[in-house]
Amino acid sequence: MTTTDASARALQLNAEGQLRHFLTIDGLDRPLLTQILDTADSFIEVGERRIKKVPLLRGRTVVNLFFESSTRTRSTFELAAKRLSADVLNLDISTSATSKGESLSDTLLNLEAMASDMFVVRHSRSGAPHFIAQSVTPGVAIINAGDGRHAHPTQAMLDMLTIRQKKERFEGLKVAIVGDILHSRVARSQIRALNTLGAEEVRVIGPSTLLPRDVESLGCRVHYDMPSGLKDIDVIIMLRLQRERMEGALLPSEREFYKVYGLNTDKLAYAKPDAIVMHPGPINRGVEIESAVADGPQSVILNQVTNGIAIRMAVMSMAMSGQRAQQGLDAEVRA
Amino acid sequence: MTALLKVDALLDDLEQGLRSVLQARQIERPVLIGIRTGGVWLADILHKRLGLDEPFGELDISFYRDDFSRIGLNPRVRPSHLPFETEDRHIVLVDDVIMSGRTIRAAMNEIFDYGRPAGVILATLIDLGSRELPIQPDVVGQRLNLKANERVKLKGPDPLSVELRNADAEPEGA
Repeated sequence: MTTTDASARALQLNAEGQLRHFLTIDGLDRPLLTQILDTADSFIEVGERRIKKVPLLRGRTVVNLFFESSTRTRSTFELAAKRLSADVLNLDISTSATSKGESLSDTLLNLEAMASDMFVVRHSRSGAPHFIAQSVTPGVAIINAGDGRHAHPTQAMLDMLTIRQKKERFEGLKVAIVGDILHSRVARSQIRALNTLGAEEVRVIGPSTLLPRDVESLGCRVHYDMPSGLKDIDVIIMLRLQRERMEGALLPSEREFYKVYGLNTDKLAYAKPDAIVMHPGPINRGVEIESAVADGPQSVILNQVTNGIAIRMAVMSMAMSGQRAQQGLDAEVRA
Repeated sequence: MTALLKVDALLDDLEQGLRSVLQARQIERPVLIGIRTGGVWLADILHKRLGLDEPFGELDISFYRDDFSRIGLNPRVRPSHLPFETEDRHIVLVDDVIMSGRTIRAAMNEIFDYGRPAGVILATLIDLGSRELPIQPDVVGQRLNLKANERVKLKGPDPLSVELRNADAEPEGA
């Protein structure tokens, strides 16, 4: 375990090794990731009931603290919290307090004074949720909903849940992540989760301008072309291409990218016949993926959306549970 | 303390009691729901003995416990599985042991999230008393008064047995 792993573990877990914040996959071991997947599995069934609610977080207040806008991620976190019976406050900070000159610390102090129990944080700066977790009042759980280029752990875990549903196990699986790895916090979290859960091989496929220089140190192999990268692959994860990368001259054009790295039925044929196709959404049809593949029988893109709610319910309830357990331990020490 | 009966005799009493209650209330097509883990083993046996056509349901009450804020989430939670509509149905809720009544309260809260049943009958193999809520079983295999240091546990599923243990004699942490 690296120093980073040890510090991530120490920050995220309580004295009994239970989750109390969810900031990154780093430092979390296989049993804990498996527990998140198992708990999420149970929450999927809740979403199929007439009354899609359980009382676990009744009376708790969850604040969605989005310093960077994201309709889909915020909606699924909001729905997850409401299905746990929590009260939810949505704050779009980019157009609110901090733009009026209030500091992040002052905003947090005010929110804590409103007796909030959990902050779901999205921020364009890597490490912002870590900073908040270190400075927040004990008992308040922080969930990372995406920070800078660093991590997006709930997205990675909903992908893991989708893979496990379709492939049943991670052992022996070969997974390819295709596209803009350089700017992708999702890819970093996915590579970490896949390796921890025991996938046989993780490959990244993309142009050298969109791959981090030290990408292999994350625990993956690099391919620059689709035919070799997709050979014998069980799972293909397409990443979203941000249009501003074109303006930054990292890519010649969308059309050129699609020609080489876009997933169409011809390229899909390089993978195993039962390979599944994933995408975090929203899809740029005709840029990362053609409609025939996105809507085709191998696509599990909509399963990912459904699983997103279950994973977020699991992480929220486990973190709240871990916070309460830690408070109990602290009270024993004081007594 | 009353001597503990053999599990087969307890099951005979439970089945007989349940048949009487169903007959008295003129319920012909009940559905069985067992509370994990022991209640599911018993529901399986009662389901066969009563010769019911519809499969029985399995309930995991972990998401409904009222002590979540104290003991947290059960790490071994599994999805509940009710393979039938509960709306307007007569439900027989089955558990191995009833004591405080809190598990049954949680189970009924969960059942009502699937729909509004016509009624719920509660059957438990063993009743230890010590109720903290006004919830009573309709059918019981055996009532027991345990001493402070005694514990009872249903082991199974095959064979099914009821163990009475002395907590003082158990190693710490057991």
